[in-house]
This record gives sequence, structure tokens and C-alpha cells, in this order.
Amino acid sequence: MLMGSSVSGRSVPPSVPGVDRNLDTSGHAAAIDVQGMNFYYGEQQVLFDISLKVPERSVTALIGPSGCGKSTFLRTLNRMNDLVDGARCTGLCLVEGQNIMDPAVDVVLLRKHVGMVFQKSTPFPKSIFDNVAYGPRVAGEKNRAVLAELVESCLKKAALWDEVRDRLHTSAMALSGGQQQRLCIARTLATNPKIILMDEPASALDPASTDRIENLIGELCSNYTIVIVTHNMQQASRVSHQTAFFFRGRLVECGPTMKIFTSPVEKQTEDYITGRFG
Amino acid sequence: MSVAGGELAGSIPPVSFTLGADGQIRQRLRLSRGFMWLCRLATYASLLVLAVLLLSIVWNSVGRLRWDFLSSHYSMQPDRCGILAGLWGTFWLVLLTATFSIPVGVGSAVYLEELAKDTWLMRVIRVNLSNLAGVPSIVYGILGLTAFRPLVIQLQSVFDGRHAVNVLGLFRVRLLKLDIYDGSVLIGAMTMSLVILPTVIIASQEALRAVPSTIRVASLALGATRWQTIWRQVLPASLPGIATGVILSISRAMGEAAPLMMIGVLTVASMCPGGIESPGQLLSDPGRLLSVPFDQFTAMPVEIYDWSKQPDPQDRFTAVAASGILVLLAVLLTVNAAAMIVRYRAGRQLRW
Repeated sequence: MLMGSSVSGRSVPPSVPGVDRNLDTSGHAAAIDVQGMNFYYGEQQVLFDISLKVPERSVTALIGPSGCGKSTFLRTLNRMNDLVDGARCTGLCLVEGQNIMDPAVDVVLLRKHVGMVFQKSTPFPKSIFDNVAYGPRVAGEKNRAVLAELVESCLKKAALWDEVRDRLHTSAMALSGGQQQRLCIARTLATNPKIILMDEPASALDPASTDRIENLIGELCSNYTIVIVTHNMQQASRVSHQTAFFFRGRLVECGPTMKIFTSPVEKQTEDYITGRFG
Repeated sequence: MSVAGGELAGSIPPVSFTLGADGQIRQRLRLSRGFMWLCRLATYASLLVLAVLLLSIVWNSVGRLRWDFLSSHYSMQPDRCGILAGLWGTFWLVLLTATFSIPVGVGSAVYLEELAKDTWLMRVIRVNLSNLAGVPSIVYGILGLTAFRPLVIQLQSVFDGRHAVNVLGLFRVRLLKLDIYDGSVLIGAMTMSLVILPTVIIASQEALRAVPSTIRVASLALGATRWQTIWRQVLPASLPGIATGVILSISRAMGEAAPLMMIGVLTVASMCPGGIESPGQLLSDPGRLLSVPFDQFTAMPVEIYDWSKQPDPQDRFTAVAASGILVLLAVLLTVNAAAMIVRYRAGRQLRW
């Protein structure tokens, strides 16, 4: 078996379908290639010299204790940190070869290609249909038939279609928490992104809903590149091809998920995944 | 230890406390009840005063409050004196005030809340908005008198053709023949806009602040621009709050007399702005609309003030004043009810 030696007796839960945790990603094209990124909130430096490659069509999990910078890192990938006063970032962040830190980059276009799902499901106080159609609409799509088709396909991809097909025009606020989060995923898919960033997408959900979201991630990763921040290490080990461990603003270690969870190179990583701290 | 389960189950432990009220707890309960009665008294006392006021007004209005009160002009005969000019004056005043203050007020609120960076200047503006809201309205009246009156008179003279202006040197504009008056609807509306703008801005800011930031972030993350986020998400979500604030401000503008007296509106008016005395006339001769802003006018609170100090040996104008108060109250209550309906309707749809 693949059980590592340095973490003797540790068992790793089975992965969700569609995720190969021993994937050799060295041959994959990098969807995201971060080189020497430093990030500051005002005077305070939050990220130190981060370099990380995210392979195309795979799931990368970012783990680490609270305040380690993993969420901040995730937000730099579609420049959501621009919204914070005094945020500053240096280094290179290449998304499909283009440096998104370049001031000439249009963040609106960037966010269309790099979608984001948040911890708290945030449906707009509108109908289910209008929620999913929002992204295409702000991008200029007006044709109702095109929108209807898009809404249907995105809701299907997000495994929500069967539950809401009869009430597309009722308020999205009436959905359950798990349904709302899948709606948010469908909404993100509707802008046709290449990359989806997920910031603890299941941390506010019950186990059954979490399970659905995890399986959904496994399905989506054949078409999308996914980066997910999670506090739940079992979740990281179930859904990701590659895991990156952050600690105090530094990227300690990154590698195939199976390797990180069974035989990490760094002592800090081992201490964290065995629950000795964090 | 000999404490076995069976022994415990059947026995009742010795009493270690009592539940009967003793002297000390009685004292505390008395205080508590006394406090409740004091609060109740405070509430009912103010309600009682209000009820007495209302009743005395209704009582006084007997003798004049008939339907023709709404459709009559001022008259020296209390029996024929009516509030028509004030009704139309207040209507146009409020309409123009809303036209000025809603775009400016909501726009400022959106800028201050959604767009402006948190600079020194912005902090000064934010703090002083509430100071401005507390400035007595008569002060704005003085401002209107000194700043807006010359401005509007200048504008009137342009419209008037007395100083016909060259537009781009091509043709001379001589639009309408109007008489110049002080205290026109336009000056009144500009002044009244100043009175309510701080309140409109503050209420709109509160409404915008109540929209969860997650909505903005989610919208931006879906590739919406800032403008799209504000226009499609933030404003619709805050609309009930903004509408309520605006309507309440408007109802304040309806009740204000002081700033209007300051800019010199008529107290005794026997004509309506634009000569429009019924909705029918408005439809049949829309051209009159153009002269409305430049016409002199009076408003309901000004008329009421004037009636209440009319020298009349038999005190017959008291009934006229009381009737005016009741009409003004009815209009105000209608407007406030509209605000409540807006809030209630929207509140059902929006739950975060």
C-alpha cells in the first residue's frame, strides 16, 4: 500500500470519485504559476515569498492553521484583495501565462475567468434563475433563450437542477444552506471560468451537504482547475490531487496529496496533519 | 461509601432553601412593579396630551371643515376661506424638492458609502452630515434668501426675456413672458432641499450599510463592475430603506413653515402656481407647468400660521386654522402610511 513510513499507522480516508491523489503533476500545464509572492496589509507582511504551481484540471487544497495566510493567498488569485484598503502584493502570479498583478490587467475580466465560491453562501435576494444568470447578464448577455440554456446546464453541473427545476423563479433565499452553496457554485460556473477558487465552501454545512459538495468538486475537476481552502484535513485529503501546507505566511510544503498526508518532508507539516498543533 | 442507587431514588433531600417571598425579595418586586408603572405612565401621559390636542382641533374645526374647504381660495370670510392654494403649493414644493433632493441625496450617500476612500476629508464630511441635520430649518431659510433668491431671480429674468441671452451667439432666447416674484416655488424647493438633504443622505447611508458586504463581494467575484454591483445589487436591496427615509424627509418638508416664511412666500394667496387649480387643468393645458417653478406660492403650514393669527372679533378663523391642521395631518399620515407599506412589502422579500 501507499501508507507512508514517517507517519506510521496513519490512514487516509478514501478520495471522492475522480480525484487521483498520487497524480504526477509535473507533466501538467500550470493553470496558475505563482513566483515569489509577498503580500502586505499596510505595514504588516502576511505572505512571504510564496511560489506554487497549480496544475490544470486538478484540485489543489490549501491547508494550515487559522491566520496562516491561505485565504489571503486564495484571494490574490482573482485580486479580491484589491477591495481591501492598503493591500499590496509583489512578485509574479501567472494565470495561463499572464501576470495578473500587472496594473493593466482588467480585474473584471480576470474574475470572469477566475471564479470564486465563498464560505458563507451568498445568494442574491433574487430568484434562482436570476442568481445563476447574473454573471452572464453583467457580461452583456441579454438573449433569454441563451440564458435559460446556460442556467439549466450550470444547475445540472452543480447537481442542483433536479431539486429546483420546478421553482426557478422563486427566491433563492428559500433554499437550504447546502442548496444555496451549490447555487453559488452554479452561479460561478455560469461565467464560464477556467479556474474556481473555493474558500472553505463546506465549513458551514451539515455532513450530508458537505458530502455532496465534495463529490461535486470531484466531478468538476475534469473540466476546471480548482483551488480550495479548507480547515478540514479529511476534506483536503478526500478532494485534492495536490495539497499545500501554509504556516505563518509561508508555504511550508506542497506535493501530491497522498504524499503530504502519509510521508511529508517537513516536520511542521507532519505535526500539523497528525494534529499536534493547529 | 454507602450511598447506593436504591436509597437515593426514593428519598427527598433535606430542604436547603425556601421559595416563599421574604421581606427583601418583596422590596425588590415592589420596586420592579413601581418602575413598570412609571414607564406606563410616561407612555400614556404623552398619548393623552396628543389625544386632547387632536380632539380640541377636531372640535375647533367644526363649522368650516367641509369638502369646499379643499377647493376654496383665501377669503376674508372665514366661511368661504379654503386651503386650495396651500394644497397645490405644497404639492409643487414637495415635487420639486423631491426632484432635487432624491438624486443628490442618494447619489451622495452612494458615493460616501460605496465609492469614497476613507480619507480625512471624507471623515469630516461624514461627521458633519449629522450636524447639518440638526441645524434649525430657519437657518436654511436665511441661506435660501441670500443665496438662492438672487440666483433664481437672475434665472427668471433670463426666461423673462428682459435680458435676452445669446445662445452660442446664434440666436437670442426669449422664452416666456413671466413676472418676477420673490418666494417662488423654485426658491422654496431649493431651500427645502437643503433642509432635508442631510436626513436623506443619512437615511440612505444607513440603508446602504444594512446591505451585507457579502453581496457586494459575491457580485464583484462574478465579474460585475462596481457600477453594476451598486445598480443591480446594492441599490435594489437598500431601496426600501432609502424610500422610507426619503418619504419621511418629504413629510418633514411638508410640515416646515419657518424656511418658507424666511424666503418670503405668500401668506395670503388667491392663486395657485401656474394657475393650475385642478388635475384636469394640468392635463388640458400642460404649458402652464413651465411657469410653476417661477410663480409665487403658499404652503399649508404657512397658511395655517397665518389663519391662526388672523384678527377676528368672533374668533371665527380658529375653525379655519383647525381645519387646515386636519388637512395637513391627513396628508402627512397618508405619506407616512405609504412609507410603512413600502417598508413592510420589501421586508417580506428581503431576508439575509
